[in-house]
Amino acid sequence: MYVPDFEYHAPNTVAEACAILAELGDRATVLAGGTDVLHKMKVGKLAPEHLVSLKNLDELREIREEPGRVVIGALASHNQIYTSQLLQRRYLSLPMAAHTMASNQICNLGTVGGNIVNGVPSADLPPILIALDASIRLTSAKGERTMPLEDFFWGSAQTRMEPGEILTEISIPDQQTTGSTYLKFGLRRSGALAVAAAAVSVQVSGDTLHAVRIVLASAAPTVLRVADAERSLIGRRIDDELLAEAGQFAAQASRPRDSIRGSAEYRKNLVGVLTKRALKKAIDEGHA
Amino acid sequence: MAQAITDKDGVKRYLITLNVNGDAHTILVKGNAILTNVLRDQLDLTGTKKGCELGDCGSCTVLLDGKPVDSCLVLAVEADGRQITTIEGVMENGRLDAIQQSMINHAAVQCGYCTPGMVLSAKALLTRNPHPNEQEVREAISGNLCRCTGYVHIVEAVLATAQGRVTPDDH
Ligand SMILES: Cc1cc2nc3c(=O)[nH]c(=O)nc-3n(C[C@H](O)[C@H](O)[C@H](O)COP(=O)(O)OP(=O)(O)OC[C@H]3O[C@@H](n4cnc5c(N)ncnc54)[C@H](O)[C@@H]3O)c2cc1C
Ligand code: FES
Ligand code: FES
Repeated sequence: MYVPDFEYHAPNTVAEACAILAELGDRATVLAGGTDVLHKMKVGKLAPEHLVSLKNLDELREIREEPGRVVIGALASHNQIYTSQLLQRRYLSLPMAAHTMASNQICNLGTVGGNIVNGVPSADLPPILIALDASIRLTSAKGERTMPLEDFFWGSAQTRMEPGEILTEISIPDQQTTGSTYLKFGLRRSGALAVAAAAVSVQVSGDTLHAVRIVLASAAPTVLRVADAERSLIGRRIDDELLAEAGQFAAQASRPRDSIRGSAEYRKNLVGVLTKRALKKAIDEGHA
Repeated sequence: MAQAITDKDGVKRYLITLNVNGDAHTILVKGNAILTNVLRDQLDLTGTKKGCELGDCGSCTVLLDGKPVDSCLVLAVEADGRQITTIEGVMENGRLDAIQQSMINHAAVQCGYCTPGMVLSAKALLTRNPHPNEQEVREAISGNLCRCTGYVHIVEAVLATAQGRVTPDDH
């Protein structure tokens, strides 16, 4: 399969990468793991004049603990996230979400940064990261900005990324949550995109929920947080009925479309079931 | 970054070194050269197969710094300076690797098109986890599609290798 030609750049520092991107503007595409970029170039959906590879920016591959937060470099691969002992200990739900993704071969190439910047609603990592209240850092020649990951997505494959920016890190703040989980339904257990998926985090206090976040994948044109479902849970005694009701709210708020992966009606129904089960799992099993 | 050389027609190429199966090749490639094609066409290592060319089938699997990747989604320039193992590098001292022998013993090869990628995925698994269970074997080869065997014999072959049940000459 033919890949259209381009000018290749492989800067050695983030500053150098930003300078190149500032100069080239929208004539350049950033290359991380390449599993989306090269795919799109091969099928004729993308033909950038310049590719700016991040492969030399090793500092963006690190996953580390800092006071008050866990930091994940944007170039950490899915397999790095899956096998990170730090993440397994602190937020096992995130490695488990990475484990639901594509084949081993793709998971060794694909990065969390690419999974986020793509902006597609079927991406597996954004929902659980949003449930864990993650924020992102964007760096450009003009400086740096951070924003909650939740605010980054705004429409079908639309993000708040500006030309010239690089996503450098994802940060998960230390938190009061007592549990979190990501439940995905795919047509096969491996290498299948989500028909629908739900990520939740909960803060259980006694027999009620003090705080909760519910974030859906493959359920709308963009990754979707469902506030009504969250509100319906706060302060009420936890039982199966309550969780099923929250699932109903989530299903109502979802706007899936008919696709080869499932009809809209089926996917809506799935959202309800997955939300209920994810809540139960996070309440019963902690970060799992 | 790899040195760029522009020829008299203005075509830019990059001087890269690929360490393939322990042999360092310094070659010129265009930016848009895909690793699979460079291995096959420039280095004559045709054991790496091309199927979907989009990351779905795993027939192009190579080990990049020991980890299986789909070489159809890797630019050759991106592999500059890295260690690559292709199926040609799995045999040692003229002897088949235990996984290869086991695949033969278990009749886990039919048309053979998936086999190079399958062997490399299995080899990477046994390197990081010498005693996998069946579920782990199935997971490790889930990115390698086989249209012939139905996988049962392949899984048995990998498990037999892990359990040291490979006899050299019983095929
Ligand atoms: C066979 C196959 C199966 C897949 N299965 C799944 C799956 O199950 N679940 C899933 O969620 N995804 C899946 N994907 C999609 C893809 O692998 C992931 O989205 C992956 O995380 C993309 O990361 P990458 O590093 O390869 O991105 P790239 O292809 O390098 O980049 C993707 C996009 O992000 C931009 N970009 C990347 N990194 C940065 C950065 N740090 N700063 C600024 N811009 C950046 C690029 O310019 C490009 O627009 C699959 C893809 C394939 C080919
Ligand atoms: S040819 Fe690379 S995955 Fe199919
Ligand atoms: S043996 Fe033919 S595809 Fe596997």
